[in-house]
Amino acid sequence: MNAWIDIAALNDIPRQGARVVKTRLGCVAIFRTGEDQVFALDDSCPHKNGALSEGIVHGASVTCPLHSWVISLETGLALGADEGQVATHQVRVEQGRILLDATRLAAKAVA
Amino acid sequence: MTRKLVVIGAGMASGQMLESLTGIAPDAYDITLFGAEPRGNYNRIMLSPVLAGEKSYDEIVTHDAAWYRDQGITCRFGEPVVKIDRSQKHIVSAAGVTPYDKLVIATGSASFIIPVSGNDLPGVIGFRDMDDVEQMLAAARKPGGKAVIIGGGLLGLEAAAALNGQGMEVTVLHLMGNLMERQLDPAAGYLLQKELESRGITVICKAFTKAILGKEHVDAVLLEDGTILGADLVVMAAGIRPETRVATDAGLHVERGIVVDDAMQTSDPDILAVGECVEHNETVYGLVAPLFDMAKVLAQSLIDEPAAFVAPAVSTKLKVTGVDLFSVGDFAEGEGREDIVFRDPARGIYKRIILRDDKIIGVVMYGDTSDSSWFFAKLKAGEDIGDIRDTLIFGPAFQGGAQADPLAAVAALPLDAEICGCNGVCKGSIVTAISDGATDLAAIKAVTKASASCGNCSGLVEQVLASTLGDGFVVPAESPMCGCTTLTHEDVRRIIKSQALKTMPAVMQECGWSSLCGCASCRPALNFYLIAEWPLDYADDAQSRFVNERNHANIQKDGTFSVLPRMWGGMTTPDELRAIADAADKYNVPAVKVTGGQRIDLLGVKKEDLPDIWADLNEAGMVSGHAYSKGLRTVKTCVGTDFCRFGTQDSTGLGVKLEKILWGSWTPHKVKLGVSGCPRNCAEATCKDIGIICVDSGFEVSVAGAAGMELKQTEALAKVATEQEAIDVTVAFVQLYRENARYLHRAYKWVAKVGLDWVKARVVDDPEQRAALCARFELSQSVYRQDPWAAESTPEFKEKKWAPLTDLTLEAAE
Ligand code: SRM
Ligand SMILES: Cc1cc2nc3c(=O)[nH]c(=O)nc-3n(C[C@H](O)[C@H](O)[C@H](O)COP(=O)(O)OP(=O)(O)OC[C@H]3O[C@@H](n4cnc5c(N)ncnc54)[C@H](O)[C@@H]3O)c2cc1C
Ligand code: SF4
Ligand code: FES
Repeated sequence: MNAWIDIAALNDIPRQGARVVKTRLGCVAIFRTGEDQVFALDDSCPHKNGALSEGIVHGASVTCPLHSWVISLETGLALGADEGQVATHQVRVEQGRILLDATRLAAKAVA
Repeated sequence: MTRKLVVIGAGMASGQMLESLTGIAPDAYDITLFGAEPRGNYNRIMLSPVLAGEKSYDEIVTHDAAWYRDQGITCRFGEPVVKIDRSQKHIVSAAGVTPYDKLVIATGSASFIIPVSGNDLPGVIGFRDMDDVEQMLAAARKPGGKAVIIGGGLLGLEAAAALNGQGMEVTVLHLMGNLMERQLDPAAGYLLQKELESRGITVICKAFTKAILGKEHVDAVLLEDGTILGADLVVMAAGIRPETRVATDAGLHVERGIVVDDAMQTSDPDILAVGECVEHNETVYGLVAPLFDMAKVLAQSLIDEPAAFVAPAVSTKLKVTGVDLFSVGDFAEGEGREDIVFRDPARGIYKRIILRDDKIIGVVMYGDTSDSSWFFAKLKAGEDIGDIRDTLIFGPAFQGGAQADPLAAVAALPLDAEICGCNGVCKGSIVTAISDGATDLAAIKAVTKASASCGNCSGLVEQVLASTLGDGFVVPAESPMCGCTTLTHEDVRRIIKSQALKTMPAVMQECGWSSLCGCASCRPALNFYLIAEWPLDYADDAQSRFVNERNHANIQKDGTFSVLPRMWGGMTTPDELRAIADAADKYNVPAVKVTGGQRIDLLGVKKEDLPDIWADLNEAGMVSGHAYSKGLRTVKTCVGTDFCRFGTQDSTGLGVKLEKILWGSWTPHKVKLGVSGCPRNCAEATCKDIGIICVDSGFEVSVAGAAGMELKQTEALAKVATEQEAIDVTVAFVQLYRENARYLHRAYKWVAKVGLDWVKARVVDDPEQRAALCARFELSQSVYRQDPWAAESTPEFKEKKWAPLTDLTLEAAE
């Protein structure tokens, strides 16, 4: 079951940009692509925990600001030669509002 | 007794519905048709060609008086229905009441009139029906008339093109960053804008209308930024609103539109609805294809045949003569998508296919739409295109065995095919030059002039070389800017200049980018090139900057930031030092360090605290040290004549002056200066990008030093007598570097490439060029010599950029 939480308006995030949602389990980065797709990933690069929300967003990927790994926003997987994956969260946009699925966050809190 | 059917609205949807109904069950109903317009059904879509003078009203009538008579339909045109009385089962119009057994609401939409003062002035109209068209044509007959169109979507642009064709001076105001953003992506939007502008239409994107001005009649439109545009006619084309008033008043279920089920029934079983006024599955429609499907379903429902409306994929074309544009599918949403992009800059062509799981889910085409129906069919059929994925974008002609290799396409070109548009060089001339011994791009350029102007065609020329020479062709050593293009940095810069490209989508289209919107490597470079070339026109794109430049502070390995205020020329005061100490205390700064650049670094500041710490430092008179920027960093100085017994000139004063002139400017890579008061060189000037050594007789300016990954002493550029000359030479050098160096090349790398003599000839030997370089630098600084800290420590920025979107830590605790 999903637990959708309304976190912000789509326009609160710049196109090709990201902002974070603070949770008790660390920050979740909410990305908005050039074409208004929205993705949510833990804000922590699989390499050395760089803040992915501070990276450059291109297509449906983000380049980590610390050492330039490229992470797929869709799968959280590192692209190219690098290996690693960051957790993703379900997110959707409805009538200009961004809804984040907090199921995984809650599950992690319990675990 | 035949049942009574009353239809409200004689538009396109009800027209189709009546045709279906009278076709399948001519005698099922006694039909009365009410229409607010004083005429029967016509093809509303064709109003644009009527406005353009390409068609007459008579040509677009779909149902004439004879048709209604033959079908036995009672027409009540020019008589709007004002009320539905559901308990009495009748409707009310000016002439009284008309009873119904079944009622169909087909009232369409109304133009959305934006809520600004003056929107009710005469001369302000929508674009919806024949009356609107007549009013516009009347305005266009006045010589020298000006029209402002609010809205750069389908309707607005059709109106703009038509009125422009009718001789009006037309301006289109569009709220978003690119035209028709709902159907087009930025690249296609750019091409469309370019085409419209070439016809003399002015397009202003991101335009916020503040008010419409005038006393008895509209005179002008006022924008938020203060611009005033004269106007004799204002066309509201900013959207449509479903016309639901009669339904709402009657208490039917209405959301954005009148809510209907799959059979087109409203919340009242005897009332059905069709067309733009309805909402089905939370969707409202604005194009006829789905409305016609609805109309056929509704006709079935009226004779109690089961039928269900299924939303079809709809495609868009713009009906402007000479503009080929096609768009279908949802390219704004959906996960797991892939894009295939094809661009032909020379012919102004852009094609993009959006795939998911090897199926086409969207298509955008500009310039050449001949294959659109082929793609659209595959999209509708949900066909798996996995097998032909590699050649898909080339269309049907390329499928079934033909070669997908671009080289093959170039090899197949006839000898008289034009390769270089600027200099009119055809393939034959290049082939001849090759057989005469020219074997690389530079040689071809020298012999034939192909690719010598804008450079756009250099890729094509190389392909001609490759296809002619075969294995004899060595791929040029100069590597392309990034994986998105085959062009080098230098090519791209030249094209930006020669073609006056002022936006990123424009560059990507004209240079044939193979990706949709670039990558993390080309976007920062393009952003710099555009700033350097068009300081006044180009709007800096924060999203194309690396984190440090975007956040005006250096990111640390733990995600905190370092904050480094300027200390002009390394000089400071007790007050500044106190302010730094206070800030360090207040924001719990874990480390304070004196840098190698003669200033003080506050390390480990939290992102959310950035605006506040900046505001405090600003308060004490300090500005950002740009320690994060590809721009001016530090000007190190020594104490000079003020104190030192060996000092020959005021090296400190000169350093401060230079830093105050140069700060804030964006450069290809960072720029550091040193000014020493005598040849003992305590400011280490001779390993900087620019170093000045003061001597008794003046100033020795040297450049192109390095002390980072490489170590290199500066080379003498000029010896000048006055401080002003030293400043001018320095500024001119920086500007020449900005205009010519490749992004991320330090000055020493660039000078090694172009040669110090080339630099000297411009900066030192030719006073006119030096002055011109200084003037261009100052022009750019009129925009960029500003403190980003001050700009972004406002409450608005704090909220919008620096704070987290939401804090769920409390919620999770519950
Ligand atoms: C703070 C400072 C070290 C210090 O504590 O003294 C420093 C710190 C950094 N330097 Fe530096 N450099 C600092 C003076 C220097 C100097 C000495 C100088 O400026 O006189 C040099 C050699 C001179 C030169 O630039 O050629 C220097 C050569 C580099 C280089 C190599 C540049 C090159 O072209 O070879 C880099 C890497 C780069 O820029 O790509 C670099 C990059 C960096 C970065 C920005 C690394 C990064 O990207 O995160 C460091 C940021 C640390 C942080 O957490 O904020 N830093 N760096 C100095 C800041 C001076 C200032 O007040 O602005
Ligand atoms: C200039 C222009 C260009 C267009 N180009 C395209 C295109 O290229 N492709 C495309 O697919 N679509 C296009 N459209 C959209 C298309 O015309 C509409 O989707 C279609 O006409 C909607 O049909 P409808 O029957 O729902 O509404 P309409 O055709 O608007 O008909 C509704 C009618 O109901 C009348 N009415 C409203 N209230 C009442 C009342 N209370 N009593 C009596 N009558 C009432 C109205 O006066 C109107 O005549 C274009 C529209 C315009 C204006
Ligand atoms: S020398 Fe290396 S480690 Fe030290 S500040 Fe410069 S970049 Fe960082
Ligand atoms: S932490 Fe992301 S690339 Fe190193």
